[in-house]
Amino acid sequence: MTTAEKTLNAQEHALHLLQQMLRIRRFEEKCAELYQATKIRGFLHLYIGEEAVATGVMEALQPDDAVVATYREHGHALLRGVSAEAIMAEMYGKQEGCSRGRGGSMHLFDKASRFYGGNAIVGGGLPLAVGLALADKLRGLKRVTACFFGEGAVAEGEFHESMNLAALWNLPVLFCCENTLYAMGTALARSESETNLTIKAASYEMPAWSVDGMDVLAVEEAAARAVAAIRAGGGPYFLEFRTYRFRAHSMFDPELYRSKEEVASWKERDPIELFSENLRGRGLLSDEDLVRLEQFAAEEVARAVDFAEAGSLEPLEELSRFVYSD
Amino acid sequence: MSVKSATMLKTTYREAVREAIRDAMRRDDRVFLMGEDVGKYGGCYAVSLGLLEEFGPERIRDTPLSEAAFVGAGIGAALGGMRPIVEVMTVNFSLLALDQIVNTAATILHMSGGQFNVPLVIRMATGAGRQLAAQHSHSLEGWYAHIPGIKVLAPATLEDARGMLWAAIEDPDPVLIFEHAMLYGQEGELAEDVAAVDIDKAVIRRAGSDVSLITYGGTFYKTMQAAAELAKDGIEAEVIDLRSLRPLDNGTILDSVRRTHRAVIIDEGWRSGSLAAEVSARITEGAFYELDAPVARVCSAEVPMPYAKHLEEAAIPQLPGIVAAAREVLGTHV
Ligand SMILES: Cc1ncc(C[n+]2csc(CCOP(=O)(O)OP(=O)(O)O)c2C)c(N)n1
Repeated sequence: MTTAEKTLNAQEHALHLLQQMLRIRRFEEKCAELYQATKIRGFLHLYIGEEAVATGVMEALQPDDAVVATYREHGHALLRGVSAEAIMAEMYGKQEGCSRGRGGSMHLFDKASRFYGGNAIVGGGLPLAVGLALADKLRGLKRVTACFFGEGAVAEGEFHESMNLAALWNLPVLFCCENTLYAMGTALARSESETNLTIKAASYEMPAWSVDGMDVLAVEEAAARAVAAIRAGGGPYFLEFRTYRFRAHSMFDPELYRSKEEVASWKERDPIELFSENLRGRGLLSDEDLVRLEQFAAEEVARAVDFAEAGSLEPLEELSRFVYSD
Repeated sequence: MSVKSATMLKTTYREAVREAIRDAMRRDDRVFLMGEDVGKYGGCYAVSLGLLEEFGPERIRDTPLSEAAFVGAGIGAALGGMRPIVEVMTVNFSLLALDQIVNTAATILHMSGGQFNVPLVIRMATGAGRQLAAQHSHSLEGWYAHIPGIKVLAPATLEDARGMLWAAIEDPDPVLIFEHAMLYGQEGELAEDVAAVDIDKAVIRRAGSDVSLITYGGTFYKTMQAAAELAKDGIEAEVIDLRSLRPLDNGTILDSVRRTHRAVIIDEGWRSGSLAAEVSARITEGAFYELDAPVARVCSAEVPMPYAKHLEEAAIPQLPGIVAAAREVLGTHV
């Protein structure tokens, strides 16, 4: 490959990463708006500020790998290939939604992309991820299961039991801890005697690294290294991504527990801004590029809203479906 | 409720629970509140808002996300001489602490031959109605009512929200209090100076002679509305608010049915194996020959709670269904 080709490849890839982060950001800004307009109901947890994490990790995964996420999972679903239309329709409670309107924002599921939810019990997804990985191992499949969770989950027994089991049985799980420093209103230092999360993971005898979750390149690199090690049979891997949620925990949070100054200082490290500036500085991002990326994201959001608006409600006669298999 | 003063205050169910906690904290320094986000965040349903400032972090104690550990610690602290109030955000999350509640709190008095009682109160939100889907909306209090060794309360009115807590704290054994999430915003008036209420008797909230509507918690107001609806056609329904799901007040239920000869039970739990099933069984055991019609039940559809609004509404008991069930047992349906 010539130097010029390499630069071109690098630029294409960089713009792709930026595009992915923008897709999440614009999609969720629309969600917030639609929540105010009462189109979306229930709990809505936004990922705004944390986009670099899902973006970087998803780059490292193959299409047949599995993902387990939490209630803050719109971005993860979107980048795994669940269509914006299906996600938006889900939040509208329409039967064209990715969970037929049964799940809502917190319970996005998609079999085709091996997206296993959407779990709103903190820590509840970890044992599931361990089981998916166990099945792959037993079936001799070289697949990886990526499991996302917040640092709040680290206090749950299910976290510790899952870490132990995954390590004990040498299972192909990538544990992705999104450390936003607060679990709802509880700061990490007010909930953990040991706030160094990698030490906990390491105590289960698995590789554990802390990564700047605002730097999409750092996330991508760390995730790629981890996935390669897992796929090579090295067993589970733990990555802590240090990040921050810019918005309230959910739409019902007066944010009494953190200062405006703190939020503002983290916003200075907005992953999208940081990366854009980085690219501009290196001459890899022009104004026209940005307009194009923004337009793509805007069109995707507009399509999603149109699709959700046009969707239909599941007939009431079907209420008791999906309790058992047909 | 015994009223000591005539001054009535406008308040809400949420504020009534908060006032009950505040009152208990002031009365007894062994009392403390612990749970996730009860302090700095102000409580996930804003029940404990402001209490941290008043009582400090020792007594308004934020816990990590560790339901098994902090509920278990509540049991231990109760054994150790304190009077903890443990808040679990939602009944679905209490399942992570089920082991501690069922295998320890409920059994230790018995296992120890009567030596160790557990004076613990566990409060949690329950129920559907806010489109929170299948991991935040269930009504599992009927399950807990299955367990000997614990008491299970379901305050529906402001008086009970205010008055039951102190009675529960004074109880020597573990008491679970279920607060239906849709009730927190309920407004009403409450006497400024209130005494504790009893926690083992059902209450007849509306007297009537034609049919007994038996309910509790989140379906209470819907049932009162149904009674008002029926009254327009000259049907006088008696409404029983169970209040305590364990123990169940057989006397009040059976006396009522002996007078009305008809019963409808309204319960947001699923029908199969429900609290409604238990009440129905007790009526057939205790008043079978007094019945003029089979006992009817209005329960939730047997499906995990769906997110979509129209499906959620269809899944849980609603006014028209209650009215129709009452007409059915009266043979006056059209
Ligand atoms: C078992 C359980 N307990 C409590 C909750 C309520 N709850 C929902 S999110 C949350 C905070 C979780 O924080 P964290 O794990 O750091 O994830 P984040 O929300 O920051 O992404 C809490 C307490 C829950 N959903 N499940």
